Amino acid sequence: MEFLHALLIQPFADMVMEPAFFIETLVKGLMAGVLYSLVALGFVLIFKASGVFNFAQGVMALFAALTLTGLMELLEPSGMPKALIVILAIAATIVVMILLALIIERLVLRPLVNQELIILFMATLGLSYVLEGAGDLLWGSDVKVLDIGLPTDVWDINGVFIEQLDVTAAIAAGSLVAVLAVFFTKTRIGRALRAVADDHQAALSVGISLQQIWVIVWSVAGIVALVAGIMWGSKSGVQFSLSLIALKALPVLILGGFTSIPGAIIGGLIIGVGEKIVEVFWYSVHGGAVENWFAFMLALVFLMFRPQGLFGDKIIERV
Amino acid sequence: MKLTRLALALGVAGLFASTADVPSAQAKYDAFTVPSLVYRTGAYAPNGIPVANGFLDYFNMLNERDGGIEGIKVNVLECETAYNTKQAVECYENTKNEGQSGALAINPRSTGATYALIPKTTEDKIPLLTLGYGRTSAANGKVFPYIFNPPGTYWSQATVFIKYIAQQEGGMENLKGKKIALVYHNSAYGKEPIKTLETLAAKHGFELMLLPVDHPGQEQKATWLQVRRGKPDWLLMWGWGVMNQVAIKEAAAIRFPMDKFIGVWWSGSENDVAPSGPAAKGYLAGTMHAPGSNFGALEEIRKHLYAKGKGAGEESRIGEVLYNRGLLEAVLTAEAIRNAIKIHGTTDIRGEHVRDGFEAIKLDDAAFKRLDLEGFMPPIEITCENHEGNGKIAVQQWDPDTGKWTVVSDWIEPMRDLVNELVSEDSAAFAAENNITPRQCN
Repeated sequence: MEFLHALLIQPFADMVMEPAFFIETLVKGLMAGVLYSLVALGFVLIFKASGVFNFAQGVMALFAALTLTGLMELLEPSGMPKALIVILAIAATIVVMILLALIIERLVLRPLVNQELIILFMATLGLSYVLEGAGDLLWGSDVKVLDIGLPTDVWDINGVFIEQLDVTAAIAAGSLVAVLAVFFTKTRIGRALRAVADDHQAALSVGISLQQIWVIVWSVAGIVALVAGIMWGSKSGVQFSLSLIALKALPVLILGGFTSIPGAIIGGLIIGVGEKIVEVFWYSVHGGAVENWFAFMLALVFLMFRPQGLFGDKIIERV
Repeated sequence: MKLTRLALALGVAGLFASTADVPSAQAKYDAFTVPSLVYRTGAYAPNGIPVANGFLDYFNMLNERDGGIEGIKVNVLECETAYNTKQAVECYENTKNEGQSGALAINPRSTGATYALIPKTTEDKIPLLTLGYGRTSAANGKVFPYIFNPPGTYWSQATVFIKYIAQQEGGMENLKGKKIALVYHNSAYGKEPIKTLETLAAKHGFELMLLPVDHPGQEQKATWLQVRRGKPDWLLMWGWGVMNQVAIKEAAAIRFPMDKFIGVWWSGSENDVAPSGPAAKGYLAGTMHAPGSNFGALEEIRKHLYAKGKGAGEESRIGEVLYNRGLLEAVLTAEAIRNAIKIHGTTDIRGEHVRDGFEAIKLDDAAFKRLDLEGFMPPIEITCENHEGNGKIAVQQWDPDTGKWTVVSDWIEPMRDLVNELVSEDSAAFAAENNITPRQCN
């Protein structure tokens, strides 16, 4: 009876009795969700254009953040103003990520054209190890402090604490989605990307270069990885566990669909809010540490009813 | 006839072969083998590297300065585990028979690996040094003859933290009604202090709030919402790796007073506080040794290794908390080897002899002076029964302005009665489960 009360009544009573705390939990869940979405976005971009699940997306975020901090460290002794160092380092990191996309397309993807998707997936698995090793060799394994001047203070609004860094992340994610939406719908390259996503063969037949599209998509995914790396790295320092944030993106993708950018955002928000509310208000039932598995459980429940996710494409293959 | 000769020849050859790897009483080893299970890669590398460097530098310094131990060089065999228990076991199997001496001692540097290696090293008679981590009840040397966990266990440390909190609150009686939260890595390691803290909570009337954080701990918002909601008076943390950095940052974000936030000694390195910058000011952590590089042995390392370009890492990182911890592992291992040679009157020693060496470790102030480590830590004495060594524990505080840890408490004696009782209880259960007859210690 006590258990049922703790499961079915107490949490809701707490939400009503502690409205400020409930709002704070909700806001923090949304903010965490935005950060998950940032990682999921990179997966969606590549999956949309090539049908490949890029296992290396988490490591790309790590590699981008490592490169950024490494370049900032290199530029620091120059005596340039901090803002200029940050801008130059970010610009250089974007160039590095574009170069990386070129190398990946040339050395990994091109030789595997027309191979089974599972082979491409395995290639990205190998790529994640190569990138991790390369990051280690180039920039070392130490924890690196990433300070690009993002606000780190906390707003106290009638007892509700909101971290400025989280709000910044939300703005960054929102802007990124807006830019990507314009890019995909209004530009020629964007339309080509959508054509490739819809049908590779048809896109090829009208003269769209698959190789060029892959380079563009991997470059954009690299830039998204950089944004995710900056946001996560600013919180924990840049270190190798950063690559594990990819695990957080998986339930988001299952929920939102592998091919939908709005799906990645909405999925992230649902997972973020869901796990925080359950972890905090149902604590007396489970005893804590449910954040990781709850997200997957929620995704599994969705899978049962909508296997393609909330916004994913329904694929019907006729026998 | 030919067959008989052949059989005889094979028999003689077999005899030679079977005795070839057993050192003769007169033989002198070229080197002692000391494996070092390291994690220089992977998610926990930032912590693994300084520990591995401190360990390697100390033995290399002994090799350069003294020609090793008793004239025999020490071959530190590094094996990469990436903080993975399976790889650690593989490393152990690959290194245990290396060299003429075989592995003289193993440092697994992971509680998970420790649990996996306890039966193996016991069977192979190779001492397992788990410096301030691992299985707490292994402090009972009668049940765990080859496992050593000096200078203190997690249980001892938990009692020291409660004593420290009581000191700050004006006495043990003032703990009544207080709320203490434990934020812990949701693993065997993180759960180690729970039993002790629960016992202490029942005894002293404080409320204990348990807040697990799943590996790796990159995202902990829900945990810190719980802290906001529960409003504990004090926070303890048993974390590792990125969990520490995120926790300190989250604590700062909810404006939890840093001088009421104490991390276990694995949550108290420079790596843990650096990402939080000024927000980590005042953060506390347990320690088993003094911080800093102002010790003769470290000067010797600079002189004999770094000045010649032979150091394991960056010179500027000598004296960091985790570097000093790796150094302490090496000091204890070297001391155990020295003792083993003394006790057995020969340099032809194996792991089982080094076990005796560990059980003869008695490091008082004079011994630390001899080792160029005056003031490094309080005395420890390991015996056959007591593998914890009765070390004392202090609390250190971080100051981001100076970038230094400072010891801010006395060296506090753990609540031995309580810890010993729990150790006896747990080790007796382990002995019963595994059909172990506790050995006699005379």
